[in-house]
Amino acid sequence: MSDMHDWGVSETARQLRSKAVSSVEVTMALLARAQANEALGSFLHLDVEGALAQAKQADAQLSAGAQGRLLGVALAHKDVFVTTGMPTTAGSQMLAGYQSPFNATVVQRLADAGAISLGKLNCDEFAMGSGNENSAYGPVRNPWDTTRVPGGSSGGSAAAVAARLIPAATGTDTGGSIRQPASFCGITGIKPTYGLCSRYGMVAFASSLDQAGAMARTAEDCAWLLSAMAGPDIDRDATSLDVPARDYAAAIAVPRAGATADKPLHGLRIGLPKEFFGEGVSPDVQTAVQSALQQLTALGAVLVDITLPRTELSIPVYYIIAPAEASSNLSRFDGVRYGHRAAEYGDLIDMYQKTRSEGFGDEVKRRILMGAYVLSHGYYDAYYLKAQKIRRLIANDFQSAFQSCDVIAGPVAPTVAWRLGEKANDPVANYLADIFTLSSSLAGLPGMSVPAGFGEGGMPVGLQLVGNYLKEDELLQTAHQFQQMTSWHDAMPKEFSV
Amino acid sequence: MQLVSKKVLLMALHSEDMRRLARLARLDLPEEAQTALAGQLNTFFGLVEQMNAVDTDGLEPLAHPADAMGEAVTLRLRPDVASEPATEAVRAANQRSAPAVERGLYLVPKVIE
Repeated sequence: MSDMHDWGVSETARQLRSKAVSSVEVTMALLARAQANEALGSFLHLDVEGALAQAKQADAQLSAGAQGRLLGVALAHKDVFVTTGMPTTAGSQMLAGYQSPFNATVVQRLADAGAISLGKLNCDEFAMGSGNENSAYGPVRNPWDTTRVPGGSSGGSAAAVAARLIPAATGTDTGGSIRQPASFCGITGIKPTYGLCSRYGMVAFASSLDQAGAMARTAEDCAWLLSAMAGPDIDRDATSLDVPARDYAAAIAVPRAGATADKPLHGLRIGLPKEFFGEGVSPDVQTAVQSALQQLTALGAVLVDITLPRTELSIPVYYIIAPAEASSNLSRFDGVRYGHRAAEYGDLIDMYQKTRSEGFGDEVKRRILMGAYVLSHGYYDAYYLKAQKIRRLIANDFQSAFQSCDVIAGPVAPTVAWRLGEKANDPVANYLADIFTLSSSLAGLPGMSVPAGFGEGGMPVGLQLVGNYLKEDELLQTAHQFQQMTSWHDAMPKEFSV
Repeated sequence: MQLVSKKVLLMALHSEDMRRLARLARLDLPEEAQTALAGQLNTFFGLVEQMNAVDTDGLEPLAHPADAMGEAVTLRLRPDVASEPATEAVRAANQRSAPAVERGLYLVPKVIE
């Protein structure tokens, strides 16, 4: 049983159900592995006692014949989901020691499904970043090369899954924060349609963009998680979609119309936006993505040329809208109701200023200022309103594209993971690297990253798949079929293969 | 209208603008941070200029993705009633992470002299 860390979600569940191993045994092994790999920086909090108590309870339920697909399976949460019994920091000094009085809906649903929570995972401060270097608690390292970033902002989630510390994790994606770290760490991640998973209890960054999702080794494991996470949360999240929860694991097993054993993706039209295959993409990423597309055609898919003409514009549009919403959302951190308060101050305004200046890191301050600027008198129309109008065009562009294709494919990011510190002093270089994930976030569309090979320095490359609204089943099925004929998702970083 | 917005976009941010923004955002910024941030923001707002070339006449701003999802999706408001019971236990749980609390009240520096 020395390889139980390598089982993944569905295999762990099968082993637990066959009584080959207990949840306590698996949980203890994973906790020990997480402790032994602290240097990776992926965990901010490891809940040893809580996890073992949950595992014991799961074992009792399993012996009593309880059902529940995730019963006894361990995972961990990105530290932007609030949790009772564990601190929540959102990677910020501002929330050091914060204890939530309630669980995020996503956390509660996974617990109700029987999943064990091992702890909380590192991330960029308030989910603002693409390299996980903006965490107040130190960077996360990429398991494939510990001198490189794991991506961000869900960098702790991606690194922990890739290093086999946990079979799956929750993440959040505002402009690519699930897909890009999944790509950089060689795992599978899905950002569902905006509103599919409740935002209740997710520390807010940009409310019209933030969406919770699943990160695991395979599309099938993501489907298992998403089935438990998704569904309406009508009373608690005004933007939660009122669409019935679905069993995505069952959905991916239903063959497409006309599918055969060797052509499971028969007739699937995959759109290739010409803007995603230009000079801006490094040759190693191009090669991996192209070969993945060839494999998809071998499975019966048809490639279609499409255009998303406002891809480049999505960068300024996103970096106006997201900071505008952030500056508003983060005004709640005033040193009064929760979080950090400066030790010394004069009047109330001084208390606010000192508290916020001490509590927030540089990137968060930068975005608050950008947001304050684009929302300020005299600039609102030229920046914020203009960006929202172009956001409409971007959403329309996708609908035009979906007239001729079912799924859109391309790279997740222009390059593989960069080195720690390489872009630390150049925020705009970080923003530019988000180019392929921002437009679907602005439109609220579901997107995935699927391991598709390796590039420069032996670093993983992800294939991005974007679907139309609520087409998570089609995305997951495409990824699942791809993973039936490829083994990129099974590759394990050498340093963590024991 | 078009001329005005162009003028706005071509204006570079200086450290006095940063001071104004920092005040608006309730952030204390040392002088050197203001200069560095002004430089970074100006680089970013250089990218923003390409937005000017886009004709957005007659377009409705998209504030929220649900607005782009068509008829099937409607957002709603819940009834304006408290969802949590008004008990001391709930209050204590909510105030557990507050920096300064006394008898269930949040403490702040004196506001009125």
